[in-house]
Amino acid sequence: MTLAPEVLRLDQITKRFGALVANDAISLVLRAGEVVALLGENGAGKTTLMNILFGQYVADQGSITAFGQPLPPGNPGAALAAGIGMVHQHFTLADHLSVLDNIMLGTRPLWSWRLNRRAAHDKVRALAHDFGLAVDPDARVGGLGVGQRQRVEILKALYRDARVLILDEPTAVLTPQEADALFTTLRRMVARGLSVIFISHKLHEVMAIADRCVVLRHGRVAGEVATRATSPAALAALMVGAEVLRPAPPPGTAGLSRMRLNGVTTPDAEGAPGLKAAMLDLCAGQITGIAGVSGNGQAALSDLVSGLIRPALGRLDIAGNPAPARWTPAAALAAGVGRIPEDRHKAGTIADFTLTENAVLETCRDAPFSRAGWINWRAARAHATAIIAKYDVRCPGPDTRIRLLSGGNMQKLILGRVLETAPVVVLANQPVRGLDIGAISYVHSQLIAARDRGAAVLLISEDLDEVMHLSDVIHVMSEGRISAPIPRGGATVAELGLRMAGEGFAHAA
Amino acid sequence: MRLEPIANPSAARRYGFPALALAATVLVASILSWIAGADPLATLGLIVTGATGSRLAILETLNRATPLIFTGLAVAVAFRAKLWNIGAEAQLYAGAVMTVVIGTSAWGMAWLQLPAMALAAVAAGALVLLGPVILKTRFGVDEVVTTLLFNFIMLLFVSWLVEGPMKDPAGMGWPKSTPVDRDLRLPRMVEGLRLHWGFGLAVLAALLIWLMQARSVLGFEMRAVGQNARAARFSGIAVTSVLLKTALISGGLAALAGFSEVAGLKGHLTRDLSPGFGYTGIIVAMLALLHPIGVVVAALFVAGIFVGSDSMSRAAGVPTYIADMLLAVSLLFMVLALGLARYRVAWT
Amino acid sequence: MMALVDILISASFWAAAIRIASPLIFATLGELICERAGVLNLGIEGIMVMGAFTGWFAVYQGMPLWGGVAVAFGSGMLFGLLHATLTVPFGLSQHVVGLGVTLLATATASFAYRLALPQVTSPPRIDPFQPFAVPVLSDIPFLGPALFTQTALTYAAFGMAVVVGLVLYRTPLGLAVRAVGENPAAAAAQGLSVTGLRMGAVMFGSGLMAVGGAFLTLSAFSSFFFDMVNGRGWICIALVVFGAWRPGKAVLGAVLFAAFDAGQVRLQQTEIGAILPYQVFLALPFVLSIIALIVMSRRAEVPAALMVPYNKGER
Repeated sequence: MTLAPEVLRLDQITKRFGALVANDAISLVLRAGEVVALLGENGAGKTTLMNILFGQYVADQGSITAFGQPLPPGNPGAALAAGIGMVHQHFTLADHLSVLDNIMLGTRPLWSWRLNRRAAHDKVRALAHDFGLAVDPDARVGGLGVGQRQRVEILKALYRDARVLILDEPTAVLTPQEADALFTTLRRMVARGLSVIFISHKLHEVMAIADRCVVLRHGRVAGEVATRATSPAALAALMVGAEVLRPAPPPGTAGLSRMRLNGVTTPDAEGAPGLKAAMLDLCAGQITGIAGVSGNGQAALSDLVSGLIRPALGRLDIAGNPAPARWTPAAALAAGVGRIPEDRHKAGTIADFTLTENAVLETCRDAPFSRAGWINWRAARAHATAIIAKYDVRCPGPDTRIRLLSGGNMQKLILGRVLETAPVVVLANQPVRGLDIGAISYVHSQLIAARDRGAAVLLISEDLDEVMHLSDVIHVMSEGRISAPIPRGGATVAELGLRMAGEGFAHAA
Repeated sequence: MRLEPIANPSAARRYGFPALALAATVLVASILSWIAGADPLATLGLIVTGATGSRLAILETLNRATPLIFTGLAVAVAFRAKLWNIGAEAQLYAGAVMTVVIGTSAWGMAWLQLPAMALAAVAAGALVLLGPVILKTRFGVDEVVTTLLFNFIMLLFVSWLVEGPMKDPAGMGWPKSTPVDRDLRLPRMVEGLRLHWGFGLAVLAALLIWLMQARSVLGFEMRAVGQNARAARFSGIAVTSVLLKTALISGGLAALAGFSEVAGLKGHLTRDLSPGFGYTGIIVAMLALLHPIGVVVAALFVAGIFVGSDSMSRAAGVPTYIADMLLAVSLLFMVLALGLARYRVAWT
Repeated sequence: MMALVDILISASFWAAAIRIASPLIFATLGELICERAGVLNLGIEGIMVMGAFTGWFAVYQGMPLWGGVAVAFGSGMLFGLLHATLTVPFGLSQHVVGLGVTLLATATASFAYRLALPQVTSPPRIDPFQPFAVPVLSDIPFLGPALFTQTALTYAAFGMAVVVGLVLYRTPLGLAVRAVGENPAAAAAQGLSVTGLRMGAVMFGSGLMAVGGAFLTLSAFSSFFFDMVNGRGWICIALVVFGAWRPGKAVLGAVLFAAFDAGQVRLQQTEIGAILPYQVFLALPFVLSIIALIVMSRRAEVPAALMVPYNKGER
């Protein structure tokens, strides 16, 4: 068998950020007409590698060759010009512009007089037809759903005649059905001799679409295998190293209802659906897991529990009584709701505040941290010091600004801030996103400990494995609706997947 | 080029760059006086002696610094909470108007009336800023533009007042208000020296604001809102309420500048009571790195440049506008220095 | 009431409105370009003062009138460069830098004026642009005297609005400028230089602001005074919002606004003017601007990346 010609070669790429070696002599070869999966956990170095390819970072060592030509480092335009397109995990689209404008952006010399929209329009239509990427070129991107936006991103690359397409976690935001449509498109592309790099950590997808798998671990290539010659278990072992599978925690014992959503509806906001007549009961001593593709109302649920929004319809009960009419974050805190927000950098902490200041952010109005409007910094500092010790926050001290901490240590401080108030309800929204394995198991063990102390824990996560591993009861969210409770072990992955795609809801919207 | 954030800038970076900014300002001053055909060193010397060379000069500088401390504090307090109050000029005049209104009414109790003048001034200034801030929190209207526009409206209002209802009948036709009663003036700090208690009040205000920012819950909340409003809201801080309180404090401080100018120095209200103290307050606050005690120092520095330039101009023939240029330049240099202290420039 | 109708149906009133609108159109277009690229330019007030001074001074020194316009444009670009350097690659606060640029430009114009003309008591005059009656069109009743007997610089203002509209919506450059104001990361991902586009937009926009200032000295008043811009720059910022960041609507807003301004001058001479103090009329433009901001606040589609610095090194 003769090998197809080489289209892209990354050679011994090394990139350091201070003491951290994000990429350690990574090599990767891509040939025409093949799909290569780039596998690895969060922080394994996938994103850094792609940023180097696209000139966002400059590698400390190593070189890149595209179609036989060396690619100049640090030039974002070079990879594009060489025929390499990328679909980022977070789409880079301008919402207020049309689909066509987004696709055409930067494709013509800046100083030419005409945009030539008609020709572009025709080309986009032809590409959309050829590759099964139905989308209206004249629609405004802001009004499109996630699946359609991804198609626009792919069209952007194809419009520039890309021969190599890189997809970063493309299915994280898709329903299983949308993901299938994406795979059909990818197969059509490969059949025409294009090449694809597919970045993911979802093993079954990789097994379904990839010809070869390159596995990264801690910035190094941990292994490279042909898909036909491997299994999900073997890939998992490569990804996590000698990691043993975690034993499931013992189930909790359900107590009284701590918080109840009684047919709660909230308005849609910024393209994300609100809650639709949601019923949910959070009981003491239980972890209630919310599974679902992100963008299906989890944000609204989290905001409601946090006190950021109020029910437009329906009722929110706390321990059997109606929640205060002025339901605010302060009211939620007063009602004993501890909140671990999804975005710890933007909502959970204030980057330029010290650990002490961040530790008392929620409690600074109360004794013992303040009296008659004056803060007792000594008490605050002692509190922060106690959290640092108890929750193993690795830091130079309580006077350090929190922006200097790693994500895991930042999360531990938030965890301590929440759990030290002995909350009756704990909201944990994507609590381990972007953390390393050690921090993940620590956060999980703390959530279980909180449950065992009698707290009602609400776990919202995109990671189905995490939800199934920790939850005593699972609800699935789809388009703002919340499914009936499913007890631990009461449904298979496939069944949950169908629910996530919107099937089997009692009240179809 | 690109900027790489420095996680933990060294003290050398944090203080070195601002020091460099001041040095660069001095350099610009030399160049400007050279362009104007004067000897740079002599010009600089004249500015320094003009501001500090005699007891009279020092008193003049302190008097000039007084309103600048108030407006500088007003801006520093607001900017800390990322409330862009560019309307200190309007708030100053609101304070001045109320000072005259109370100060020209016959109460017969000076010990009560003078504090009442100050309180009325604070209330008026606070109210003037409350409008734009409510527009910001309610409708999302950018407060920069509204506070700027309010400055012009307020000046026209004052112009009407001093030509109409508040006009001094004994003013021989000049557009100025009836003067505040002699008993209702701020007393001199030291008998015989032309320095009124407005300066003492300004320094006291700076200390109180410092204490508030460092120790009070409100000060903490104001900083939190300024640094990251989303996180502040999430953590239970009532962001709107904090912004409104900030507006009241900031507007009130700016109004005290008007109070102290009328009750301490001028005695009456005119259209040119403030030669842009409100705008200069922005420079003072930025040079002070928004620190209340720094505001006192920066206000003295800025006042010194104004007073020194006035006397230098008479002697060396360099236009007095050199002072405005130097302050604008120092503001831009200082902002740049603060940026450079936190970022490393990488050329790629 | 009759007085108001009389004013509205007089051609001279509309001619004045168009004339008053011209500097606002230049400056509003300039600010619009900056904001469309994602940069709020609060230097506008000072840059207009600068343009008024440099344009006037160039003509006073013997340059032709269009030479004065070019000099003003150049001086605006220079201050635009200063603003853009600090706000775009360095990503510093656009509020503070903008105010700093306004203070610096205003002070520089005053300093230079005093330096160049230390002795004068009354401001010297130049020969400004003269009204030019467009053949045929100026003979149309009412519309002719209202619209087509203006100075060349007024025609240029409206022409510039058309050009800006076309470039913004019909050329690759315009698309790129709009994109960096909406989502700089998207533009960068398509190989465009966010820094270059933003700096270019701020410089060109600042040039237009300066021409707006120069209109005051070269077409409207023929001399330079220190407070001649008098808040027009801030009003233009309100006009950009009022025009929902679209050139056509912004021009319409400027004309509407100028009509109010022209109307208040005339109303002052009627019986209403005898009742109300003149300050009420002078305050009207500023009050209107605030009302416009409030009315448009809910509806307008703000460029999504306005005042958001872009730094590709940020993680």
